[in-house]
Amino acid sequence: MDMIRRTVLKGAGATGMLAGLLAAGVLKPTMAYANDWNKTAFEAKDLDEATKSLGAASAGDNKDLMMKAPEIAENGAVVPVDVTSNIPNTTSISILVKMNPFPLSAHFEFANGALADASVRLKVSQTSIIRAVAKADGKFYSTQKEVKVTVGGCGG
Amino acid sequence: MADPMKIRAQMKGDVAEIRVLMSHAMETGQRKDNDGKTVPAHFIQTMSIALNGKTVVSGQLGTSVSRNPVFGFKVKGAKAGDKVTVSWVDNKGDKRTDEAAVA
Repeated sequence: MDMIRRTVLKGAGATGMLAGLLAAGVLKPTMAYANDWNKTAFEAKDLDEATKSLGAASAGDNKDLMMKAPEIAENGAVVPVDVTSNIPNTTSISILVKMNPFPLSAHFEFANGALADASVRLKVSQTSIIRAVAKADGKFYSTQKEVKVTVGGCGG
Repeated sequence: MADPMKIRAQMKGDVAEIRVLMSHAMETGQRKDNDGKTVPAHFIQTMSIALNGKTVVSGQLGTSVSRNPVFGFKVKGAKAGDKVTVSWVDNKGDKRTDEAAVA
């Protein structure tokens, strides 16, 4: 099976058929194909700038967007944050740490049965507000919570 | 190539709870080493999780994610034996893909 695939690939590359084969689904892009990385949002140095770069400048509250994070983080290098959105048709969740050099920490998109639920572990450099933003039906919602940090998380 | 990921996927009712532990330094680019030189940023930028070949979660990460990242996700409608594939690509173009079956 592999030999046939290799021969086809060799031939296809030479004749420029690769694009056609990809489109036909014969060649599947490898799982490690990088998604786009939102450079503007990830390089924003300010919480509100980063939130704006996500398109969420006018995000409103919603009681169905919940975030769990410790009141006091014993180790700022590993702060567990869990975000759950029970807002119907939530397609993405983003998590931002206000006092970090680059507040946007993670952005997840959900499809094909994935629940809008994400658990992450973040570095939090100092006591900071952590903000979660959810997008549902094209609208944005946010919630935030302060995490106190005794030992800073950026190794500095 | 980086160390393998640890992937655990367990059914709880009709939801598969997926836990992934990745092996990566996640350097912020802000840290100085013992010689006082700044350690360049080296971190996972994108990741994806597929169930039986269909993408269920795609993620973009920044340098605030902890070293050796741990993530948790939930997927409805999965069943025992389904294949979970996790992939990541970092800012230097290194990549890793691992898979596990839902228990």
